Amino acid sequence: MKALVAVKRVVDYNVKVRAKADGSDVELNNVKMAINPFCEIAVEEAVRLKEAGTVSEVVVVSVGEKSSQEQIRTALALGADRGIHVEVEGRPEPLEIAKLLKGVVDKEQPQLVILGKQSIDGDNNQTGQMLGALANMGQGTFASEIKVDGDSLQVIREVDGGLQTLKLTLPAIVTTDLRLNEPRYASLPNIMKAKKKPLEVTNPAELGVEVKSHVTQLGVAPPPERAAGIKVEDVAQLVDKLKNEAKVIS
Amino acid sequence: MPAPLLSRRDLEFYLYEMFDVEALATRQRYEDHNRESFNAALDIAEKIAEDYFVPIRKTVDLNQPDWDGEKVVMIPEIKIAYDAVAEAGLICPDQSYEMGGMQLPLVVTSCAMGYITAAASTTNGFHALTAANANLLETHASEEQIETWVPRLRTGEFAGTMALSEPQAGSSLADMRTKAVAQDDGTYRIFGNKIWISGGDHELSSNIVHAVLARIEGAPPGVKGISMFICPKFLLNEDGSVGARNDVQLAGLFHKMGGRGQTSTALNFGEGEGAVAYLVGEPHQGLRYMFHMMNEARVMVGTSGATLAMAGYQYSLDYAKERPQGRKASSKDPLADPVMLIEHADVRRMLLAQKAYAEGAWSLCLFASQLVDDWKTHPDEVGRTGAFELLDFLTPIVKTWPSEYGPKANDFAIQVLGGAGYTNEHPVELMYRDNRLNPIHEGTTGIQSLDLLGRKVPQNGLAGYQACLSAIESTLEAAEGVADCAPMLIALQNALGHLKSTTEVLLGSMLERDIDLVMANSAKYLELFGHVVVGWMWLRQGLIAAQALTAECHSDDTAFYRGKLQSMLYFARWELPQTKVWADLLSDLDDTTYTMEAAWF
Ligand SMILES: Cc1cc2nc3c(=O)[nH]c(=O)nc-3n(C[C@H](O)[C@H](O)[C@H](O)COP(=O)(O)OP(=O)(O)OC[C@H]3O[C@@H](n4cnc5c(N)ncnc54)[C@H](O)[C@@H]3O)c2cc1C
Ligand SMILES: Cc1cc2nc3c(=O)[nH]c(=O)nc-3n(C[C@H](O)[C@H](O)[C@H](O)COP(=O)(O)OP(=O)(O)OC[C@H]3O[C@@H](n4cnc5c(N)ncnc54)[C@H](O)[C@@H]3O)c2cc1C
Repeated sequence: MKALVAVKRVVDYNVKVRAKADGSDVELNNVKMAINPFCEIAVEEAVRLKEAGTVSEVVVVSVGEKSSQEQIRTALALGADRGIHVEVEGRPEPLEIAKLLKGVVDKEQPQLVILGKQSIDGDNNQTGQMLGALANMGQGTFASEIKVDGDSLQVIREVDGGLQTLKLTLPAIVTTDLRLNEPRYASLPNIMKAKKKPLEVTNPAELGVEVKSHVTQLGVAPPPERAAGIKVEDVAQLVDKLKNEAKVIS
Repeated sequence: MPAPLLSRRDLEFYLYEMFDVEALATRQRYEDHNRESFNAALDIAEKIAEDYFVPIRKTVDLNQPDWDGEKVVMIPEIKIAYDAVAEAGLICPDQSYEMGGMQLPLVVTSCAMGYITAAASTTNGFHALTAANANLLETHASEEQIETWVPRLRTGEFAGTMALSEPQAGSSLADMRTKAVAQDDGTYRIFGNKIWISGGDHELSSNIVHAVLARIEGAPPGVKGISMFICPKFLLNEDGSVGARNDVQLAGLFHKMGGRGQTSTALNFGEGEGAVAYLVGEPHQGLRYMFHMMNEARVMVGTSGATLAMAGYQYSLDYAKERPQGRKASSKDPLADPVMLIEHADVRRMLLAQKAYAEGAWSLCLFASQLVDDWKTHPDEVGRTGAFELLDFLTPIVKTWPSEYGPKANDFAIQVLGGAGYTNEHPVELMYRDNRLNPIHEGTTGIQSLDLLGRKVPQNGLAGYQACLSAIESTLEAAEGVADCAPMLIALQNALGHLKSTTEVLLGSMLERDIDLVMANSAKYLELFGHVVVGWMWLRQGLIAAQALTAECHSDDTAFYRGKLQSMLYFARWELPQTKVWADLLSDLDDTTYTMEAAWF
């Protein structure tokens, strides 16, 4: 069984994101980039399935600029077998990515597609669901546990009220939540070995997909600074302020 | 967001702008590498440091290793971190692929390991020593010995030590007494007491491989009669499995002001039948072998001193940006908001001093790592021997200046934090305590300075000394006419002049005057030389920054390069002029300390 894992290049989660001075975009100069943490969990899950003998090949795909190949190689160092880079300029939005992934799915025919539930740059939480619709596959989103059982897949999902268990027919889509697993660290020798693994580069035209952006970014601004607090005299004054100034209680 | 352990922008400056490690990819050993794999190594080391070592830093400090009479007891978190480092391939990133390494150039290795040192300067000492032990065996042991021990050291299955010091033989290794008795089967039995042996006992690995220095019975006295042996804690069975306990006993643990992630042991060899040991290389060559490794170990010690200085600087910088306190002298309104500490010029003085010491020391250590690398992998013979000559000459300075000025930087970090810096709520006092070891081990500052003045300068007809001076002079030439570097150019030229005249006086006096008097102020001579060399490193950094600023820069980069130039200026204005005072003392053969009598104290 082949597993396809999608990974996205984003600003490292440890970086304190800033807006550019002119407010046109997020500052990316000298900013450390990494695999989106949810995608890293997706890679880990696929590699574990391979180690367990359930999956025979883990293919990792990234849609983005040339530099996204770094993240593909990171995934290869974590244990994926080969990579596919769909090269596009700029920052594609979820629908474009989903369409391109659909092109890759058509070509690769994976039984299982694992994605992060969202990427920490756009926080859209859309790509997996859109891909499910486009590829006409069942989807188990926000997965905290998955188990392959013959030609079906059991997915435990994190939902507001607790946990929900679904049974999907393969091929299927899974999007990962934080508690699905704890990703391993790539080891230094594996980073060197990853350089020797195959990495195919393709583009929208080759996949027969036309990419068209529907969203224009007008500006980026930091959240307003928190103003300094004040000390209240007593509880009565606190209640008064909450009621009449902050208007959070009535 | 907590302070970074180290500044990534700064590390990239050294790697890609100052030491141009990308160019190393033309060497066969490094042909698989590029910026991406270098950065990946930094990323992994940073993650391991952040995830495994930072969280346990304080716990480790509060729970030093203990001896329950039978074995060493340490908190379990250390073993978890120990294993994580091994699994990530961070014991020996510079080693060959076959040995589980990444063939990472040494300058990059130093930067990657910098993260671990910044978070756990001593807890990772087990691995650092193991790597040094394995390097030593790989260079001097027989093929069979290498096959038996080295691969298992490289994976961390076994740990290694360096057992030199004895109660009566610390600085003076010539007085070593541990005895080795030859056996009919070609092995030896060792009898004697070693102290201070780092990692001498613990339960982290299935075996401990001691590299022991001892005298074979009947050997000549002094350093010429010392041999090196492999002496394991457990003997190996025929099939290689770990077998019976060897006759090496833990006699006790030292409790130290810092370095509490690492055991410091007193070991008794041969309380019974004698500890089984295997001679490494030729008899009586042990100290030579050990010193071969010690060049690298000394660079490591300097690097550790510099790294902790960098870490303390980052921490106190972050703190100074976040803590509001007081107002400026010019502010008359008592109700005005307090300013952040960093707004006070005196706080900036302490931050700038740290930056100047830390980044000056660090660049010197990376330069030394580059020399080690060139000595081993430079494509042509001249490149290799030239690198070795300069490295060998600079080693006492690379070991000493960072380990003396590193703790000074940490002292400023504590001061920037005020009362908070004096408590263990913040790691700067720990960094200071950990760093304080560096001027002591691997040859004290006093011993290094005797080595520099008494041996390294005069040896081979001043060859190393001249090589060092001409390297400095070529940078001075390159700086002619660069406006941003003008104050440093003058300051360094002056300091270099003081160094040269002082050296001439001292070398001349060696033939004519009481040698003990000439050597009496050697530590000051080393400090003078160190200032010149670190000033040189600052000029090199300043030249790169000045050049970078001639092109269009992102505002973050402009700020970064301005910071480099300002730190260079600090070193030129506040530090280098002191060389004049020191040169005067030295050239006068000042005898104030020399003539002081014990009875007068
Ligand atoms: C935490 C720690 C870990 C260590 N790890 C190891 C290890 O793993 N293996 C190992 O073999 N050793 C180890 N050592 C020992 C270390 O190398 C010695 O402590 C060091 O060499 C100094 O020797 P000493 O302590 O006997 O001091 P001493 O030699 O007694 O020196 C005391 C002072 O006298 C000065 N002095 C001594 N002789 C002279 C001289 N001829 N001229 C001028 N000044 C002089 C010194 O500079 C120093 O300031 C370790 C020590 C410590 C503290
Ligand atoms: C062990 C200990 C015992 C103590 N005991 C007592 C006690 O019994 N009673 C008591 O009242 N207090 C006590 N203190 C508090 C002590 O007096 C303060 O720690 C000290 O006054 C510094 O204040 P701070 O720690 O807030 O540092 P900060 O004021 O935050 O100073 C941090 C750094 O900023 C610098 N700085 C601050 N303001 C300026 C400025 N305007 N211009 C230039 N530089 C500036 C400081 O010089 C320092 O280097 C104790 C502290 C310690 C650590």
